[in-house]
Amino acid sequence: MISPRYHREVAQRYRLEAGKCKQCGNISFPPRLVCPKCKSKTFETVQLSREGKILTFTIIRVGPDKFSKETPYVVAIIELFEGRSSNDGVRLTAQITDCDVNKVEIGSKVKLVFRKIQDEGKSGLHCYGYKAVLI
Amino acid sequence: MLSETNSPKANRSAGTEVAVVGVGMTKFGELWKKSLRDIFVEASLKAIENSGVDHIDSMYVGAMSGGLFVGQEHIGAVMADYLGVAPIPATRVESACASGGAVFRQAYLEVASGQSEIVLAGGVEKMTDGADVTDALATAADQEYEVYNGITFPGLYAMIARAHMHQYKTTREQLAHVAVKNHKNGSMNPNAQFRSPVTLEQVMKATMVADPLRLLDCSPVSDGGAAVIVCSVDYAKKLKRPYVKVVASAQASDTIALHSRESLTALKCVSVAAEKAYKQAGLKPSDINFAEVHDCFTIAEIVVTEDLGFFEKGKGGAAAENGSTAIGGKIPINTSGGLKSKGHPVGATGVAQIIELYEQLTGNSGERQVKNAKYGLAQNMGGSGASCVIHILEAV
Repeated sequence: MISPRYHREVAQRYRLEAGKCKQCGNISFPPRLVCPKCKSKTFETVQLSREGKILTFTIIRVGPDKFSKETPYVVAIIELFEGRSSNDGVRLTAQITDCDVNKVEIGSKVKLVFRKIQDEGKSGLHCYGYKAVLI
Repeated sequence: MLSETNSPKANRSAGTEVAVVGVGMTKFGELWKKSLRDIFVEASLKAIENSGVDHIDSMYVGAMSGGLFVGQEHIGAVMADYLGVAPIPATRVESACASGGAVFRQAYLEVASGQSEIVLAGGVEKMTDGADVTDALATAADQEYEVYNGITFPGLYAMIARAHMHQYKTTREQLAHVAVKNHKNGSMNPNAQFRSPVTLEQVMKATMVADPLRLLDCSPVSDGGAAVIVCSVDYAKKLKRPYVKVVASAQASDTIALHSRESLTALKCVSVAAEKAYKQAGLKPSDINFAEVHDCFTIAEIVVTEDLGFFEKGKGGAAAENGSTAIGGKIPINTSGGLKSKGHPVGATGVAQIIELYEQLTGNSGERQVKNAKYGLAQNMGGSGASCVIHILEAV
């Protein structure tokens, strides 16, 4: 992870900032320049809710080098509860942490937490972001 | 404002009828003694010789990531140079694991448009030179919002598998049946990387990679090259060699991140491209006699055979289990052994699928021959389903 590249995503990784379309209300995470639903180009910044449920998941047993010391670990697709009936709920990919990997199920309720995700090489930045814990 | 509707004339059948007139490939596997360029040139020379053409007007090269695998980009020029065909136009085409299908489509379009008469469509990948293959392949997913958080490609397909098992009661055994069937087919293919059959028990007990996918659910890391000669049907007739007609070429895209898709159990890029392809060819799924599909993981074959319309949604697992997809079944799938057993040198895969269609439709598939095949379909997919290219070929 090269530092400027990491820095550009900080608002999303640290604060869960998303783009809400001013025309149709669809929330894009990360923010986009064009709304995928209505193609409008005007957005306001909103913060995602931190609670949601697991739609699907896997337990990574053979990990990439950066994560190989952490196996086995769970990665899931999570749908956040945005409390907006017009919205399907924003979805994102995150690790499920601080858990027995065998206790994770589809439908499990989770909460996003702030965690270190990876390191930039052997002597670079610590890179942070969101993981989820079971609630 | 951008609209999602196509122009009225988009996706129509092209003007000039297009044929595949010659094919060539290297064996797929760990080709320690051969370089990226040697692999490509070997496959291309075989295709040129096989077709009987005395020149080519232009060429396309499919390669997912020469840069990451061997540190070489500008691959169109490298290959034209070493094939000895410079100064013809030579362009590298990339759509991750669908690069080969995209290459064939570009060659098809160039011939169909009348811009060229004879075009070489080739694909190549050299994956065993020591690069971090997991990292390189992961560049086909969303680097910032998927890979950053620790997901791998087996992990992405494992999440599709778990969702499919949850929604449709697809079983772990049904996934394993895909691997067993494809290894059996691959055992009859002299160019396959793995020519050894595997048992259901071996698949079920293989090392877990990303739950619920095990090692034998995954396509391997491979070196290999494949090339075909694409020309007008009129020109093909003059060559007096076996040829097949391209009756549909379609492509579609979807969100790069799996989590952004409308469904986690269906691949929209496949159903959209398939609908266009069937329309172009004037065919229904039931008209197709056999298909090569993108079984990068066993679950992919199950989902794709559903989204191509061969089986009802949710019944792909049962079809793999009850023999519908075996040679001699309702619709044989991956008679070549598929990516699973034949191997998956990423950029070459889509072109190698076309080669299997050509061999089957010209009656050259030996003991894995599908009897009386008139229409074959090739489905090549990029990433976790962010891109898909589909072709339908017809025997003449």
